[in-house]
Amino acid sequence: MDKYSIIIVGGGPAGLAAAYGAWKSEKFRESDKILIIERDKELGGILNQCIHNGFGLHYFKEELTGPEYAERFVRMLEDSPIEIMTDTMVLEITRESEGIKVCTIGKNVGYTNLYADTIVLSMGCRERTRGAIGISGTRPAGVFTAGTAQRYVNIEGYMPGRRVVVLGSGDIGLIMARRMTLEGAKVLACVELMPFSSGLTRNIVQCLHDYDIPLYLSHTITEIRGEKRVEQVVMSRVDENRRPIAGSEVVFDCDTLLLSVGLIPENELSKTANIELDMRTGGPVVSESMETSSSGIFACGNVLHVHDLVDFVSQEGERAGISAISYVHEISQGREKSDIFKLINGANVSYTVPQRMDMARISNNTTVFFRVNRVFAQSRISVTSGGVEIVSYKRTHMLPAEMERILLPKKILERANGDITISCTEETR
Amino acid sequence: MTKLICIVCPKGCHLQVDVGDTIVVTGHACNRGVEYGKNELKNPVRVITSTVRIENAIYRRIPVKTASPIPKPLIRKAMLLLDKISLAAPVEVGQIVVEDICGTGIPFVASRSMERVEKAEG
Repeated sequence: MDKYSIIIVGGGPAGLAAAYGAWKSEKFRESDKILIIERDKELGGILNQCIHNGFGLHYFKEELTGPEYAERFVRMLEDSPIEIMTDTMVLEITRESEGIKVCTIGKNVGYTNLYADTIVLSMGCRERTRGAIGISGTRPAGVFTAGTAQRYVNIEGYMPGRRVVVLGSGDIGLIMARRMTLEGAKVLACVELMPFSSGLTRNIVQCLHDYDIPLYLSHTITEIRGEKRVEQVVMSRVDENRRPIAGSEVVFDCDTLLLSVGLIPENELSKTANIELDMRTGGPVVSESMETSSSGIFACGNVLHVHDLVDFVSQEGERAGISAISYVHEISQGREKSDIFKLINGANVSYTVPQRMDMARISNNTTVFFRVNRVFAQSRISVTSGGVEIVSYKRTHMLPAEMERILLPKKILERANGDITISCTEETR
Repeated sequence: MTKLICIVCPKGCHLQVDVGDTIVVTGHACNRGVEYGKNELKNPVRVITSTVRIENAIYRRIPVKTASPIPKPLIRKAMLLLDKISLAAPVEVGQIVVEDICGTGIPFVASRSMERVEKAEG
Protein backbone atom coordinates (compact mmCIF):
# COMPACT_ATOMS: atom_id res chain seq x y z
CA MET A 1 0.00 0.00 0.00
CA ASP A 2 1.12 3.51 -0.85
CA LYS A 3 1.59 5.36 2.41
CA TYR A 4 2.75 8.94 2.78
CA SER A 5 4.79 10.30 5.67
CA ILE A 6 2.84 13.57 5.50
CA ILE A 7 -0.27 14.57 3.60
CA ILE A 8 -0.79 18.33 3.54
CA VAL A 9 -4.38 19.39 2.97
CA GLY A 10 -4.38 22.72 1.13
CA GLY A 11 -1.65 24.26 -1.04
CA GLY A 12 -1.94 27.89 0.04
CA PRO A 13 0.79 29.72 1.96
CA ALA A 14 0.42 27.55 5.08
CA GLY A 15 0.56 24.24 3.19
CA LEU A 16 3.47 25.36 1.00
CA ALA A 17 5.46 26.43 4.05
CA ALA A 18 4.63 23.17 5.85
CA ALA A 19 5.97 21.19 2.87
CA TYR A 20 9.08 23.34 2.73
CA GLY A 21 9.64 23.13 6.49
CA ALA A 22 9.36 19.34 6.49
CA TRP A 23 11.62 18.89 3.46
CA LYS A 24 14.35 21.22 4.74
CA SER A 25 14.24 19.76 8.25
CA GLU A 26 17.25 17.79 9.46
CA LYS A 27 14.80 15.01 10.27
CA PHE A 28 13.80 14.58 6.63
CA ARG A 29 15.05 11.37 4.97
CA GLU A 30 14.99 10.42 1.32
CA SER A 31 12.45 7.69 2.00
CA ASP A 32 9.93 10.22 3.37
CA LYS A 33 7.04 10.87 1.04
CA ILE A 34 5.20 14.17 1.25
CA LEU A 35 2.04 15.06 -0.67
CA ILE A 36 0.19 18.38 -1.03
CA ILE A 37 -3.48 18.14 -2.01
CA GLU A 38 -4.97 21.32 -3.49
CA ARG A 39 -8.58 21.92 -4.46
CA ASP A 40 -7.87 24.71 -6.98
CA LYS A 41 -6.09 24.26 -10.30
CA GLU A 42 -2.84 25.76 -9.06
CA LEU A 43 -0.92 26.23 -5.81
CA GLY A 44 -0.79 29.49 -3.88
CA GLY A 45 -4.30 29.73 -2.48
CA ILE A 46 -5.79 33.14 -1.86
CA LEU A 47 -2.41 34.83 -2.50
CA ASN A 48 -3.06 34.52 -6.23
CA GLN A 49 -5.94 36.98 -6.06
CA CYS A 50 -4.26 39.33 -3.55
CA ILE A 51 -2.43 41.31 -6.22
CA HIS A 52 -1.64 44.24 -3.88
CA ASN A 53 1.79 44.63 -2.33
CA GLY A 54 2.83 44.45 1.30
CA PHE A 55 3.55 40.75 1.63
CA GLY A 56 6.86 39.26 2.69
CA LEU A 57 8.46 42.08 4.69
CA HIS A 58 9.12 39.73 7.61
CA TYR A 59 9.69 36.45 5.80
CA PHE A 60 11.57 37.52 2.67
CA LYS A 61 12.70 40.95 3.96
CA GLU A 62 11.25 42.62 0.89
CA GLU A 63 7.88 43.86 -0.19
CA LEU A 64 6.07 41.54 -2.61
CA THR A 65 2.60 41.20 -4.08
CA GLY A 66 0.52 38.11 -3.24
CA PRO A 67 1.20 36.28 -6.52
CA GLU A 68 4.94 36.96 -6.21
CA TYR A 69 4.95 35.60 -2.67
CA ALA A 70 3.15 32.44 -3.80
CA GLU A 71 5.49 31.98 -6.76
CA ARG A 72 8.56 32.27 -4.53
CA PHE A 73 7.31 29.41 -2.38
CA VAL A 74 6.31 27.26 -5.34
CA ARG A 75 9.82 27.75 -6.78
CA MET A 76 11.43 26.91 -3.45
CA LEU A 77 9.75 23.50 -3.75
CA GLU A 78 10.68 22.99 -7.41
CA ASP A 79 13.65 20.69 -6.82
CA SER A 80 12.02 18.86 -3.94
CA PRO A 81 10.60 15.34 -4.06
CA ILE A 82 7.26 16.69 -2.79
CA GLU A 83 4.26 15.38 -4.74
CA ILE A 84 1.47 17.74 -5.67
CA MET A 85 -2.13 16.95 -6.61
CA THR A 86 -4.15 19.90 -7.84
CA ASP A 87 -7.85 19.84 -8.79
CA THR A 88 -8.26 17.39 -5.92
CA MET A 89 -10.33 17.73 -2.79
CA VAL A 90 -10.22 15.93 0.53
CA LEU A 91 -13.64 14.72 1.68
CA GLU A 92 -12.87 13.06 4.98
CA ILE A 93 -10.01 12.28 7.35
CA THR A 94 -10.37 9.25 9.62
CA ARG A 95 -8.12 7.02 11.66
CA GLU A 96 -7.74 3.39 10.55
CA SER A 97 -5.43 0.61 11.66
CA GLU A 98 -3.25 1.21 8.55
CA GLY A 99 -2.74 4.86 9.43
CA ILE A 100 -4.65 8.06 8.90
CA LYS A 101 -7.01 7.65 5.97
CA VAL A 102 -7.54 10.61 3.64
CA CYS A 103 -10.51 10.19 1.37
CA THR A 104 -9.99 12.29 -1.76
CA ILE A 105 -11.77 13.02 -5.00
CA GLY A 106 -10.26 14.71 -8.04
CA LYS A 107 -10.14 15.15 -11.76
CA ASN A 108 -7.12 12.92 -12.27
CA VAL A 109 -7.36 10.48 -9.37
CA GLY A 110 -11.10 9.90 -9.24
CA TYR A 111 -12.23 8.73 -5.81
CA THR A 112 -9.20 7.44 -3.88
CA ASN A 113 -8.23 6.61 -0.33
CA LEU A 114 -4.72 7.66 0.63
CA TYR A 115 -2.92 6.79 3.85
CA ALA A 116 -0.43 8.79 5.89
CA ASP A 117 1.51 8.76 9.16
CA THR A 118 0.75 12.43 9.73
CA ILE A 119 -1.52 15.12 8.36
CA VAL A 120 -1.03 18.86 8.15
CA LEU A 121 -4.32 20.75 7.99
CA SER A 122 -3.93 23.98 6.01
CA MET A 123 -7.34 24.57 4.47
CA GLY A 124 -7.53 28.29 5.22
CA CYS A 125 -10.73 30.15 5.93
CA ARG A 126 -13.96 31.35 4.36
CA GLU A 127 -15.72 34.69 4.43
CA ARG A 128 -18.81 35.44 6.47
CA THR A 129 -21.75 36.22 4.22
CA ARG A 130 -24.92 38.28 4.27
CA GLY A 131 -26.71 35.31 5.82
CA ALA A 132 -24.26 35.22 8.72
CA ILE A 133 -24.98 38.81 9.73
CA GLY A 134 -28.68 38.88 8.76
CA ILE A 135 -29.13 42.20 6.92
CA SER A 136 -32.81 42.80 6.26
CA GLY A 137 -34.30 43.87 2.93
CA THR A 138 -34.74 42.40 -0.52
CA ARG A 139 -32.42 39.84 -2.08
CA PRO A 140 -31.15 41.43 -5.27
CA ALA A 141 -27.94 40.71 -7.21
CA GLY A 142 -25.02 42.93 -6.30
CA VAL A 143 -24.25 41.75 -2.77
CA PHE A 144 -20.79 40.14 -2.72
CA THR A 145 -18.26 39.18 -0.13
CA ALA A 146 -15.14 41.29 -0.64
CA GLY A 147 -13.03 38.23 -1.48
CA THR A 148 -15.45 37.09 -4.17
CA ALA A 149 -15.36 40.55 -5.71
CA GLN A 150 -11.57 40.40 -5.50
CA ARG A 151 -11.53 37.15 -7.45
CA TYR A 152 -13.90 38.58 -10.10
CA VAL A 153 -11.79 41.72 -10.61
CA ASN A 154 -8.27 40.34 -10.28
CA ILE A 155 -8.52 36.87 -11.79
CA GLU A 156 -11.68 36.56 -13.88
CA GLY A 157 -11.58 40.15 -15.14
CA TYR A 158 -15.15 41.22 -14.35
CA MET A 159 -16.29 44.40 -12.59
CA PRO A 160 -18.88 43.57 -9.92
CA GLY A 161 -20.42 47.09 -9.99
CA ARG A 162 -20.01 50.84 -10.45
CA ARG A 163 -21.29 52.49 -7.25
CA VAL A 164 -20.15 50.62 -4.21
CA VAL A 165 -20.67 50.59 -0.45
CA VAL A 166 -18.37 48.42 1.67
CA LEU A 167 -19.71 47.01 4.93
CA GLY A 168 -16.99 46.09 7.39
CA SER A 169 -13.47 47.45 7.54
CA GLY A 170 -11.61 44.15 7.36
CA ASP A 171 -8.42 44.27 5.31
CA ILE A 172 -9.97 42.67 2.21
CA GLY A 173 -12.80 45.23 2.30
CA LEU A 174 -10.32 48.11 2.48
CA ILE A 175 -8.13 46.66 -0.26
CA MET A 176 -11.21 46.19 -2.46
CA ALA A 177 -12.41 49.76 -1.82
CA ARG A 178 -9.13 50.95 -3.35
CA ARG A 179 -9.11 48.35 -6.09
CA MET A 180 -12.66 49.18 -7.25
CA THR A 181 -11.79 52.89 -7.21
CA LEU A 182 -8.71 52.30 -9.36
CA GLU A 183 -10.85 50.35 -11.83
CA GLY A 184 -13.20 53.31 -12.17
CA ALA A 185 -15.96 52.54 -9.67
CA LYS A 186 -17.18 55.09 -7.13
CA VAL A 187 -16.84 53.82 -3.57
CA LEU A 188 -19.30 55.85 -1.50
CA ALA A 189 -18.49 54.65 1.99
CA CYS A 190 -16.85 52.08 4.18
CA VAL A 191 -19.16 51.27 7.10
CA GLU A 192 -17.90 49.69 10.33
CA LEU A 193 -20.07 48.45 13.19
CA MET A 194 -17.37 48.75 15.85
CA PRO A 195 -15.99 52.06 17.14
CA PHE A 196 -12.59 51.05 15.69
CA SER A 197 -11.51 49.62 12.36
CA SER A 198 -10.96 45.90 12.06
CA GLY A 199 -8.30 46.33 9.36
CA LEU A 200 -4.64 47.31 9.61
CA THR A 201 -4.08 51.03 10.15
CA ARG A 202 -1.85 51.25 7.09
CA ASN A 203 -4.75 50.02 4.97
CA ILE A 204 -7.05 52.73 6.34
CA VAL A 205 -4.42 55.24 5.20
CA GLN A 206 -3.47 53.86 1.80
CA CYS A 207 -6.86 52.47 0.75
CA LEU A 208 -9.38 54.95 2.19
CA HIS A 209 -7.58 58.25 2.93
CA ASP A 210 -5.64 58.18 -0.33
CA TYR A 211 -8.88 58.00 -2.32
CA ASP A 212 -11.06 60.18 -0.06
CA ILE A 213 -13.36 57.30 0.85
CA PRO A 214 -15.22 58.10 4.08
CA LEU A 215 -15.08 55.61 6.96
CA TYR A 216 -18.15 55.53 9.20
CA LEU A 217 -17.32 53.94 12.56
CA SER A 218 -20.16 52.74 14.86
CA HIS A 219 -22.45 52.44 11.83
CA THR A 220 -24.01 49.49 10.03
CA ILE A 221 -26.19 48.67 7.02
CA THR A 222 -29.76 48.04 8.15
CA GLU A 223 -31.52 47.51 4.84
CA ILE A 224 -30.76 46.46 1.28
CA ARG A 225 -33.18 47.76 -1.37
CA GLY A 226 -33.65 46.80 -5.01
CA GLU A 227 -35.59 44.35 -7.15
CA LYS A 228 -33.26 42.61 -9.59
CA ARG A 229 -30.14 44.56 -8.66
CA VAL A 230 -29.12 46.49 -5.54
CA GLU A 231 -30.50 50.04 -5.88
CA GLN A 232 -29.97 51.46 -2.41
CA VAL A 233 -28.58 50.54 0.98
CA VAL A 234 -29.58 52.16 4.26
CA MET A 235 -26.91 52.99 6.83
CA SER A 236 -27.73 53.59 10.51
CA ARG A 237 -25.63 54.70 13.45
CA VAL A 238 -25.43 52.18 16.32
CA ASP A 239 -25.38 52.73 20.08
CA GLU A 240 -22.79 51.34 22.49
CA ASN A 241 -24.60 47.99 22.43
CA ARG A 242 -24.28 47.94 18.63
CA ARG A 243 -28.03 48.43 18.17
CA PRO A 244 -29.16 50.70 15.30
CA ILE A 245 -30.45 54.11 16.41
CA ALA A 246 -33.83 55.00 14.90
CA GLY A 247 -33.78 58.27 12.99
CA SER A 248 -30.06 58.06 12.12
CA GLU A 249 -30.64 56.48 8.69
CA VAL A 250 -28.71 57.62 5.62
CA VAL A 251 -29.57 56.22 2.18
CA PHE A 252 -26.88 55.50 -0.41
CA ASP A 253 -27.77 55.06 -4.08
CA CYS A 254 -25.53 52.20 -5.19
CA ASP A 255 -25.54 49.02 -7.25
CA THR A 256 -23.12 46.98 -5.15
CA LEU A 257 -22.60 46.09 -1.50
CA LEU A 258 -19.32 44.43 -0.57
CA LEU A 259 -19.13 42.56 2.72
CA SER A 260 -15.92 42.39 4.70
CA VAL A 261 -17.43 41.15 7.92
CA GLY A 262 -15.07 38.49 9.15
CA LEU A 263 -13.43 35.22 8.26
CA ILE A 264 -14.16 31.76 9.60
CA PRO A 265 -11.53 29.00 9.68
CA GLU A 266 -12.77 26.18 7.47
CA ASN A 267 -12.80 23.17 9.77
CA GLU A 268 -15.35 20.77 8.31
CA LEU A 269 -12.54 18.25 7.71
CA SER A 270 -11.13 18.73 11.20
CA LYS A 271 -14.55 17.77 12.55
CA THR A 272 -14.57 14.52 10.55
CA ALA A 273 -11.28 13.71 12.28
CA ASN A 274 -12.82 14.43 15.73
CA ILE A 275 -10.34 17.21 16.46
CA GLU A 276 -11.02 19.47 19.43
CA LEU A 277 -11.82 23.01 18.27
CA ASP A 278 -11.37 26.27 20.18
CA MET A 279 -14.59 28.34 20.21
CA ARG A 280 -12.58 31.56 20.35
CA THR A 281 -10.39 31.02 17.30
CA GLY A 282 -12.75 28.75 15.37
CA GLY A 283 -9.74 26.51 14.72
CA PRO A 284 -8.20 23.45 16.35
CA VAL A 285 -6.65 23.59 19.80
CA VAL A 286 -2.91 23.09 19.27
CA SER A 287 0.29 22.66 21.21
CA GLU A 288 3.38 24.77 20.49
CA SER A 289 4.38 22.23 17.82
CA MET A 290 1.04 22.91 16.05
CA GLU A 291 -0.21 19.43 16.93
CA THR A 292 -3.97 19.15 17.38
CA SER A 293 -5.79 17.05 19.99
CA SER A 294 -5.52 14.15 17.55
CA SER A 295 -1.98 12.78 17.73
CA GLY A 296 -0.09 13.12 14.44
CA ILE A 297 -2.49 15.70 12.98
CA PHE A 298 -1.08 19.23 12.78
CA ALA A 299 -2.68 22.53 11.76
CA CYS A 300 -1.37 25.89 10.56
CA GLY A 301 -2.41 29.13 8.90
CA ASN A 302 -5.92 30.52 8.69
CA VAL A 303 -7.56 27.17 9.39
CA LEU A 304 -6.04 27.49 12.85
CA HIS A 305 -6.76 31.18 13.47
CA VAL A 306 -7.24 34.10 11.13
CA HIS A 307 -3.96 35.95 10.55
CA ASP A 308 -3.38 39.53 9.36
CA LEU A 309 -0.05 38.76 7.73
CA VAL A 310 0.95 35.91 5.47
CA ASP A 311 4.51 36.07 6.80
CA PHE A 312 3.33 34.63 10.11
CA VAL A 313 1.27 32.02 8.28
CA SER A 314 4.46 30.86 6.58
CA GLN A 315 6.31 30.77 9.87
CA GLU A 316 3.54 28.75 11.47
CA GLY A 317 3.37 26.44 8.44
CA GLU A 318 7.08 25.70 8.61
CA ARG A 319 6.74 24.90 12.28
CA ALA A 320 3.88 22.48 11.56
CA GLY A 321 5.89 20.82 8.76
CA ILE A 322 8.98 20.40 10.93
CA SER A 323 6.84 19.00 13.76
CA ALA A 324 5.12 16.56 11.41
CA ILE A 325 8.37 15.14 10.01
CA SER A 326 9.82 14.89 13.53
CA TYR A 327 6.70 13.01 14.60
CA VAL A 328 7.09 10.52 11.75
CA HIS A 329 10.52 9.51 13.04
CA GLU A 330 9.60 9.78 16.71
CA ILE A 331 6.74 7.27 16.55
CA SER A 332 9.01 4.62 15.11
CA GLN A 333 11.07 4.87 18.31
CA GLY A 334 8.16 5.35 20.69
CA ARG A 335 7.18 8.83 21.80
CA GLU A 336 8.18 9.96 25.28
CA LYS A 337 5.55 11.35 27.64
CA SER A 338 5.63 15.01 28.55
CA ASP A 339 4.00 17.60 30.81
CA ILE A 340 1.28 19.57 29.08
CA PHE A 341 0.70 23.10 30.41
CA LYS A 342 -2.32 25.09 29.29
CA LEU A 343 -2.04 28.67 28.05
CA ILE A 344 -4.80 30.65 29.74
CA ASN A 345 -6.31 33.89 28.43
CA GLY A 346 -5.87 36.46 31.19
CA ALA A 347 -7.20 40.01 31.37
CA ASN A 348 -8.00 41.58 27.98
CA VAL A 349 -6.70 38.65 25.94
CA SER A 350 -9.33 37.13 23.64
CA TYR A 351 -7.36 34.11 22.48
CA THR A 352 -3.89 32.59 22.27
CA VAL A 353 -2.33 30.20 19.78
CA PRO A 354 -0.97 27.75 20.80
CA GLN A 355 -3.40 26.89 23.57
CA ARG A 356 -1.00 24.50 25.30
CA MET A 357 2.67 23.72 25.76
CA ASP A 358 4.11 20.26 25.39
CA MET A 359 7.01 20.93 27.74
CA ALA A 360 9.36 18.17 26.54
CA ARG A 361 9.10 19.37 22.95
CA ILE A 362 9.43 23.15 23.25
CA SER A 363 12.02 24.58 20.88
CA ASN A 364 14.52 27.32 21.74
CA ASN A 365 11.98 30.02 21.01
CA THR A 366 8.23 29.55 21.06
CA THR A 367 6.08 32.13 19.31
CA VAL A 368 2.75 32.80 20.97
CA PHE A 369 0.15 34.69 18.95
CA PHE A 370 -2.75 36.44 20.64
CA ARG A 371 -5.32 39.16 20.22
CA VAL A 372 -6.42 41.82 22.69
CA ASN A 373 -10.10 42.65 23.13
CA ARG A 374 -9.86 46.45 23.05
CA VAL A 375 -7.64 49.34 21.96
CA PHE A 376 -4.58 49.91 24.16
CA ALA A 377 -2.14 52.80 24.45
CA GLN A 378 1.08 52.28 26.49
CA SER A 379 0.63 48.76 27.79
CA ARG A 380 2.23 45.75 29.35
CA ILE A 381 1.92 42.08 28.44
CA SER A 382 2.43 39.86 31.44
CA VAL A 383 3.16 36.13 31.38
CA THR A 384 2.54 34.39 34.69
CA SER A 385 2.61 30.84 36.03
CA GLY A 386 1.47 29.81 39.49
CA GLY A 387 0.82 33.47 40.33
CA VAL A 388 4.41 34.47 39.57
CA GLU A 389 5.35 36.64 36.60
CA ILE A 390 7.94 34.83 34.50
CA VAL A 391 8.35 37.55 31.90
CA SER A 392 6.73 40.77 30.67
CA TYR A 393 6.77 42.81 27.47
CA LYS A 394 5.91 46.43 26.67
CA ARG A 395 3.89 47.80 23.77
CA THR A 396 3.22 51.39 22.77
CA HIS A 397 -0.18 50.49 21.34
CA MET A 398 -2.26 47.39 20.65
CA LEU A 399 -5.44 46.89 18.62
CA PRO A 400 -7.88 43.98 18.33
CA ALA A 401 -7.31 44.17 14.56
CA GLU A 402 -3.59 43.58 14.86
CA MET A 403 -2.41 40.21 16.03
CA GLU A 404 0.24 40.43 18.73
CA ARG A 405 3.05 37.97 19.16
CA ILE A 406 5.60 37.31 21.81
CA LEU A 407 8.66 35.12 21.61
CA LEU A 408 9.13 32.94 24.68
CA PRO A 409 12.68 31.61 25.04
CA LYS A 410 12.99 28.07 26.36
CA LYS A 411 14.88 29.29 29.43
CA ILE A 412 11.95 31.46 30.43
CA LEU A 413 9.32 28.82 29.71
CA GLU A 414 11.19 26.38 31.92
CA ARG A 415 10.39 28.68 34.86
CA ALA A 416 6.71 27.79 34.47
CA ASN A 417 5.54 25.26 37.04
CA GLY A 418 2.04 24.79 35.68
CA ASP A 419 -0.50 26.51 33.47
CA ILE A 420 0.65 29.79 31.93
CA THR A 421 -1.51 32.93 31.84
CA ILE A 422 -1.08 35.80 29.37
CA SER A 423 -2.71 39.10 30.26
CA CYS A 424 -2.53 42.75 29.17
CA THR A 425 -2.91 45.91 31.19
CA GLU A 426 -2.72 49.57 30.27
CA GLU A 427 0.06 51.49 31.97
CA THR A 428 -0.89 54.78 33.54
CA ARG A 429 1.80 57.41 33.27
CA MET B 1 3.35 69.56 12.78
CA THR B 2 1.73 66.77 10.77
CA LYS B 3 0.64 63.44 12.17
CA LEU B 4 1.01 60.47 9.86
CA ILE B 5 0.63 56.72 10.00
CA CYS B 6 3.61 55.09 8.36
CA ILE B 7 2.51 52.63 5.66
CA VAL B 8 5.92 51.13 4.90
CA CYS B 9 5.22 48.00 6.92
CA PRO B 10 2.26 46.50 8.81
CA LYS B 11 3.51 47.88 12.11
CA GLY B 12 1.93 51.25 11.24
CA CYS B 13 4.07 53.62 13.34
CA HIS B 14 2.47 56.90 14.41
CA LEU B 15 4.80 59.54 12.97
CA GLN B 16 5.09 63.23 13.73
CA VAL B 17 6.61 65.35 11.02
CA ASP B 18 7.78 68.88 11.84
CA VAL B 19 8.73 71.21 9.04
CA GLY B 20 11.20 73.94 9.92
CA ASP B 21 14.55 74.62 8.25
CA THR B 22 14.72 70.88 7.87
CA ILE B 23 12.02 68.22 8.09
CA VAL B 24 12.19 66.31 11.37
CA VAL B 25 10.42 62.98 11.75
CA THR B 26 9.76 61.39 15.15
CA GLY B 27 7.78 58.35 16.30
CA HIS B 28 9.42 56.00 13.80
CA ALA B 29 10.69 52.55 14.71
CA CYS B 30 13.06 52.33 11.74
CA ASN B 31 14.73 54.61 9.21
CA ARG B 32 12.28 53.76 6.48
CA GLY B 33 9.75 55.67 8.57
CA VAL B 34 11.93 58.80 8.38
CA GLU B 35 12.12 58.54 4.62
CA TYR B 36 8.38 57.91 4.36
CA GLY B 37 7.56 60.89 6.60
CA LYS B 38 9.72 63.26 4.55
CA ASN B 39 8.46 61.95 1.21
CA GLU B 40 4.85 62.05 2.29
CA LEU B 41 5.05 65.83 2.73
CA LYS B 42 7.29 66.61 -0.26
CA ASN B 43 6.38 64.04 -2.88
CA PRO B 44 4.07 61.23 -1.76
CA VAL B 45 4.57 58.01 -3.72
CA ARG B 46 2.75 54.68 -3.93
CA VAL B 47 3.26 51.28 -5.53
CA ILE B 48 0.28 50.66 -7.82
CA THR B 49 -0.92 47.15 -8.55
CA SER B 50 -3.49 46.14 -11.13
CA THR B 51 -4.06 43.56 -13.89
CA VAL B 52 -3.86 43.45 -17.67
CA ARG B 53 -5.45 41.21 -20.27
CA ILE B 54 -3.61 38.00 -21.21
CA GLU B 55 -4.26 35.46 -23.96
CA ASN B 56 -3.57 31.70 -23.88
CA ALA B 57 -3.10 31.54 -20.12
CA ILE B 58 -4.81 29.83 -17.19
CA TYR B 59 -6.79 33.04 -16.50
CA ARG B 60 -7.84 36.07 -18.56
CA ARG B 61 -5.95 38.60 -16.42
CA ILE B 62 -2.37 38.76 -15.21
CA PRO B 63 -1.36 40.92 -12.24
CA VAL B 64 1.14 43.78 -12.69
CA LYS B 65 2.79 46.32 -10.39
CA THR B 66 4.89 49.44 -10.69
CA ALA B 67 8.51 48.35 -10.28
CA SER B 68 8.92 51.05 -7.64
CA PRO B 69 6.59 53.64 -6.08
CA ILE B 70 5.28 56.36 -8.40
CA PRO B 71 4.11 59.89 -7.47
CA LYS B 72 0.51 59.91 -6.22
CA PRO B 73 -0.78 62.44 -8.77
CA LEU B 74 0.17 60.04 -11.60
CA ILE B 75 -1.89 57.11 -10.34
CA ARG B 76 -4.92 57.67 -12.57
CA LYS B 77 -2.84 58.25 -15.70
CA ALA B 78 -0.80 55.16 -14.93
CA MET B 79 -3.96 53.06 -14.63
CA LEU B 80 -5.17 54.27 -18.05
CA LEU B 81 -1.94 53.04 -19.67
CA LEU B 82 -2.88 49.48 -18.71
CA ASP B 83 -6.21 49.48 -20.55
CA LYS B 84 -4.46 49.20 -23.91
CA ILE B 85 -2.18 46.33 -22.97
CA SER B 86 -2.78 42.75 -24.00
CA LEU B 87 -0.15 40.12 -23.30
CA ALA B 88 0.21 36.59 -24.60
CA ALA B 89 1.43 33.74 -22.42
CA PRO B 90 4.07 32.65 -21.57
CA VAL B 91 4.98 35.58 -19.32
CA GLU B 92 7.74 35.55 -16.70
CA VAL B 93 7.44 37.31 -13.34
CA GLY B 94 9.26 40.66 -13.57
CA GLN B 95 8.75 40.95 -17.34
CA ILE B 96 8.24 44.59 -18.41
CA VAL B 97 4.64 45.38 -19.35
CA VAL B 98 4.83 49.18 -19.77
CA GLU B 99 8.36 50.59 -20.19
CA ASP B 100 7.99 54.07 -18.77
CA ILE B 101 5.06 55.31 -16.70
CA CYS B 102 4.42 58.94 -17.68
CA GLY B 103 8.09 59.92 -18.00
CA THR B 104 9.11 58.65 -14.57
CA GLY B 105 11.34 55.96 -16.05
CA ILE B 106 9.52 53.47 -13.82
CA PRO B 107 8.02 50.44 -15.61
CA PHE B 108 4.99 48.30 -14.91
CA VAL B 109 6.12 44.67 -14.53
CA ALA B 110 4.26 41.37 -14.39
CA SER B 111 3.89 40.19 -10.80
CA ARG B 112 3.56 36.51 -11.61
CA SER B 113 4.52 34.03 -14.30
CA MET B 114 1.89 32.44 -16.50
CA GLU B 115 2.55 29.48 -18.74
CA ARG B 116 0.98 29.05 -22.12
CA VAL B 117 -1.97 26.68 -21.99
CA GLU B 118 -3.74 25.25 -25.00
CA LYS B 119 -7.47 25.76 -24.69
CA ALA B 120 -8.95 22.64 -23.20
CA GLU B 121 -12.22 21.25 -24.48
CA GLY B 122 -15.29 22.62 -22.70
